[in-house]
Amino acid sequence: MTSITIQPQHKDKIVAQQQALQDPNWVRWGLIFIALSFITLFICGPLFLVIYQALSKGLTAYWTALSEPDTLSAIKLSFFVALVTVPLNTVFGVTAAWAITRFDFKGKSLLTTLIDLPFSVSPVISGLIFVLLFGAQGWFGEWLVEHDIKIIFAVPGIILATLFITFPFVARQLIPLMQEMGNQEEEAALSLGASGWKAFWAVTIPNIKWALLYGVLLCNARAMGEFGAVSVVSGHIRGMTNTLPLHVEVSYNDYDVVGAFASASILAALAIVTLILKTILEWKQAKR
Amino acid sequence: MSISLFDISKNFGAFSALNHINLEVPEGELVALLGPSGCGKTTLLRIIAGLEHTDKGRVVINGQDKTDQNVSHRGIGFVFQHYALFRHMTVFENVAFGLRVKPRSIRPSNELITKKVHALLELVQLDWLHNRYPDQLSGGQRQRIALARALAVEPSVLLLDEPFGALDASVRKDLRQWLRNLHHELNVTSIFVTHDQEEAMEVASQVVVLNHGRIEQQGTPSQIYDHPANAFVSRFIGQTNVFDLDEHDADWLQTAGLLTPKQGEKIAHVRPHDIIIEKSIDNATPLATLKDWQHLGALIRIELVKNNLNGLSDASVFAELPNDKFKELDLARGDKVNLKIRQAHWFH
Repeated sequence: MTSITIQPQHKDKIVAQQQALQDPNWVRWGLIFIALSFITLFICGPLFLVIYQALSKGLTAYWTALSEPDTLSAIKLSFFVALVTVPLNTVFGVTAAWAITRFDFKGKSLLTTLIDLPFSVSPVISGLIFVLLFGAQGWFGEWLVEHDIKIIFAVPGIILATLFITFPFVARQLIPLMQEMGNQEEEAALSLGASGWKAFWAVTIPNIKWALLYGVLLCNARAMGEFGAVSVVSGHIRGMTNTLPLHVEVSYNDYDVVGAFASASILAALAIVTLILKTILEWKQAKR
Repeated sequence: MSISLFDISKNFGAFSALNHINLEVPEGELVALLGPSGCGKTTLLRIIAGLEHTDKGRVVINGQDKTDQNVSHRGIGFVFQHYALFRHMTVFENVAFGLRVKPRSIRPSNELITKKVHALLELVQLDWLHNRYPDQLSGGQRQRIALARALAVEPSVLLLDEPFGALDASVRKDLRQWLRNLHHELNVTSIFVTHDQEEAMEVASQVVVLNHGRIEQQGTPSQIYDHPANAFVSRFIGQTNVFDLDEHDADWLQTAGLLTPKQGEKIAHVRPHDIIIEKSIDNATPLATLKDWQHLGALIRIELVKNNLNGLSDASVFAELPNDKFKELDLARGDKVNLKIRQAHWFH
């Protein structure tokens, strides 16, 4: 320690700074060990188990389980729900972020808080809200029955619940970014004669595109993986209203281990792809 | 094109940013809106541009009422303090933007756009940077590109919001001169906002001094400097000594016959260069002592304090002398001096 402070050389200065921030070796290795073992135990372990169980009776059994009509229909439904909800929530998210970062209005902070509501409410409650609204005994129940419209225990209910759950992802990614960027570039575009629409597509979208894609990606992952809210409104009708996560549960409850884990492996694969894309997008965003 | 503002008022909640502003900017002038921060100068500029709505009053550009017209139809060029270049576009695309977003019927052909953009980039002497991105440029370069971009749409008026505010001192000096020359060349009616009186005096052909949302004075730099309309303008433009003859620390100037109140106006503003210093040879009645001096380049600033019976008083008088004159006088700290006042501006 004494020799460091005396020598004014640049290299030593850096060493001195690092020293101040460095913990003893046993703390460092201890923390690294705890973090690594946690990840292995709780993340890598289950992932390995999913793949192991899915393939426990061989590849043929795996493929048979996946190509069962109920499984295929669950996969289709999950993709369909994502296909409907993700674009809608992309539009909602951009609109909300725009409104919050570009305009001053009463109730703005309330809106900002409400956007986070789906994160803070238990998904089961979220699902239950829709049952209370549109279920047979719900507020709109009678009216819906009279007009022969099915929402609860049908695909529209699943879509509504998923929409609710995945609403925050895009807006939450965009709001801090758009706040930081300010609106001078858009003002510049307008002053150069661009219409508001043109300014949005030519200036705003290119500036927020990586954050937007990142939000869409997270939104998509959640839309496909959502269990709680969808479970409440779906009714678990095989081949009709079972999404992939619900199908995993139903299969497992039927002691169809291979079927359950084969379906789960698709969700796991989706998670891994999401993770890779997420890393790429984060890297792109940092480069911006 | 000329710009006329009639009775512009703007409030932000309870805060009154602009108060009944009337302003006439003749064609071809380069006008500075000058004032301390929070005086409303940027708000006024943004109202002229259409980036902000006025609560009251009319904005007339070249005889046409533009008050209710959207910014994108006003035909103005706006240059932002922090450049606001499109960060995902090259320099070339930034400058071309205004031409590319024109409606198809009046949009120039691609060759024409290319030609025009390169001509503009040559005008701001940065054509060699045309395929760079904004974050690869220095601040001064960015602001010149922003100017080229604003000029691309051939605006009828050019509005600049603290154009040099974010730049280094040396770059700022260069760009001021450059903007002045460019304005001579293009002769487009321009208004720029600044809080730096030196910048306003150096660049503008007309200066409008704003304070608390009101126009204090409008005139050429020399009118403003030599005939300040009120105490605020006099204080804000350049250095000045303020002597309130009713106050104890300034009444000696009247007693010594250096200042005589004019028509009941008792507050005198005296520019440092209007104070003449003479070295006291006979030590009979030296009025003041040279307390300190600083080298400001071509000028020397001298701090004088009055000689009192019981030593020196606290109130200082600042004078400025040319360098060579100061050497001639051969003064040192602590020397006794006599002074004269060439002229003063009187206020209530």
